[in-house]
Amino acid sequence: MTYFLQQLLNAMQLGSIYALIALGYTMVYGILTMINFAHGDLFMVGAFLCFIAATFLKLPFVPTLLLSMAGVALLGVAIERVAYKPLRQAPRVSAVITALGVGLFLENFTLVFSPYPQHVPALIANRTWTIGGVSISSLQIIIILLSIALMIILDLVVRRTMVGMAMRAISWDKSIVPLMGVPLDLIISITFAIGTSLGAAAGTMYSLAFPVIDPYMGILVGWKAFISAVVGGIGNIRGAMIGGFILGGVEIMVAAFMPSTYRDFVAFGLLLILLIFRPYGILGKPRPQKV
Amino acid sequence: MPTQKPPQSNAQTPRQEGKWEQWRQRWDRIASNRRILPVLLAAGFVLSILIPRFNLVNPYIQLILMYVGINIILCTSLNLINGYMGEFSVGHAGFMAVGAYVSAVLTTMFIPTALNPWLFPLIVVVAGLATGLVGLVVAIPSFKTRGDYLAIVTLAFNMIVKSVIENIEAIGGPRGIPGIEKLTTLPWTFFWTVLAIWVIRNFVYSNFGRGVLSIREDEIASDLMSVNTRQAKLLAFTISSFFAGIAGALFAHLLQFISPRVFDIIKSTDVLIMVYLGGIGSITGSILGATIFTVLLEVLRPLGVWRMVLMPLVLVLLMLFRPRGIMGLREFRWLIPHYQLLAAHLWRKKKEATDAPAAS
Repeated sequence: MTYFLQQLLNAMQLGSIYALIALGYTMVYGILTMINFAHGDLFMVGAFLCFIAATFLKLPFVPTLLLSMAGVALLGVAIERVAYKPLRQAPRVSAVITALGVGLFLENFTLVFSPYPQHVPALIANRTWTIGGVSISSLQIIIILLSIALMIILDLVVRRTMVGMAMRAISWDKSIVPLMGVPLDLIISITFAIGTSLGAAAGTMYSLAFPVIDPYMGILVGWKAFISAVVGGIGNIRGAMIGGFILGGVEIMVAAFMPSTYRDFVAFGLLLILLIFRPYGILGKPRPQKV
Repeated sequence: MPTQKPPQSNAQTPRQEGKWEQWRQRWDRIASNRRILPVLLAAGFVLSILIPRFNLVNPYIQLILMYVGINIILCTSLNLINGYMGEFSVGHAGFMAVGAYVSAVLTTMFIPTALNPWLFPLIVVVAGLATGLVGLVVAIPSFKTRGDYLAIVTLAFNMIVKSVIENIEAIGGPRGIPGIEKLTTLPWTFFWTVLAIWVIRNFVYSNFGRGVLSIREDEIASDLMSVNTRQAKLLAFTISSFFAGIAGALFAHLLQFISPRVFDIIKSTDVLIMVYLGGIGSITGSILGATIFTVLLEVLRPLGVWRMVLMPLVLVLLMLFRPRGIMGLREFRWLIPHYQLLAAHLWRKKKEATDAPAAS
């Protein structure tokens, strides 16, 4: 039982990171119906900014996190302006391929400056408490609480503020809403800034939890986060949170109770079965199709 | 009198434009003279036998030629799903892995080495058939799920294949299969490439292929027009994965070493880039895209790591200025069936005839 609880804690840690990245995918999808495949690599850039801030600037945890989030948010907005905006009227796949290209560019550009994996210094004093046989580290607490706090803030922003209302309106109808005086470009930029900065926060926390980072780390984590966004129902913000925790939970539990090499196999097998029974994800609704 | 107009205007235009026009006409003549095609194919085949025999070009270029062929097969087969059917399959490397492993296991473990060169074509076909069967795993979920959700199914498929291979100790697990005999030769690559292009082109222009196209435009509407969408999807996925398996088998016997890591998402992404570089829904585009991508990566090799930075930039710029890829939906005239060209020609004539009195 304690073993299970211990793994549950690990699952929460991994799941909250997946959920944060999945939020970026799902927000961009909700507003542009476009999969931002560069998002996993923005997560990687976030981790590298954390590494730079911690190693060269010797900043403590909170400024590092803020710097990484701000830097990646700027990068995300710039990418949207330069690469995605001209393609809004183009076929959907060309935007997706552009996103893949941007992702590859970020990976390889980072690779030029860091050919070897880098080690991120520990920014949080590592203390461990044992409660009823379950050991909890300070890092785990910070990761889980911070992610949940960010998610609650995001949910409030989307549901309670004018900006959030504009986002939801644009995801409802992109052609009519600008006529009502909603600045489309500004809202899309804000969406990108929020989504990518959440990814950067995940990148910072991930690089603290698993301190060896390399330019290709974003690929697998990014795809997995995308899968969790789809499991929850892509375009649905609460769905992405649930999906992230489900995928994190399944991965950790499979690794804990079965040979760890079965992890991907079981996790993705379960995903396929889920998609057969709920083809639009857990919280997603099928869009009505007209002929 | 209007018949005299073209030569007059030609004389007035600057010399450069006249030259351009001349080249255009020359190109037009080549494009419409499709009887050369069998001759060219035969010449290509003979050349592909002669090149390795007498070492006409150095082995490095021969290797690149074979990779170009394999990439063309991959790219054309993926184009059937992503371009013609309009789905977004991102797990093509998974199919490739199945073909590569089936063929490699056959040649290294079951068939005596002496027989390998003779049975190689058969092995490739077996690998293709096995992969075609596996393709059903993706085809059946595609009946219900579409778009991004189907993309996830194919992505998950790719990861599952990789994970399954890693967990079977008998075929090397994560270490892969080393020491595969080099059986892929230039003539065989040429043969399979031409076969893949021919089959997929004929499929696209057949009744079933028209059904596949109608799914891309609107699935519900095509269902209402009594297109058997399930059959069309099943066929498209099976044919696509069959050729992916063949490409995998050729790839395994060219690289001589395979491991699950070779067939991960990055490989799938490469094939995707080739398809969209060339242009979706165009076989000519696939051939061009695969060739340009493969050759460009080799040409830029002296740049070292920077070529990996340059390549995506080129892709992004191309997408910004030509969102539909190099060829878009267009096709080189040799690949379009004759009756269709004729129909287009007649239609244009009829249109000119009806337009002319209206203009005068």
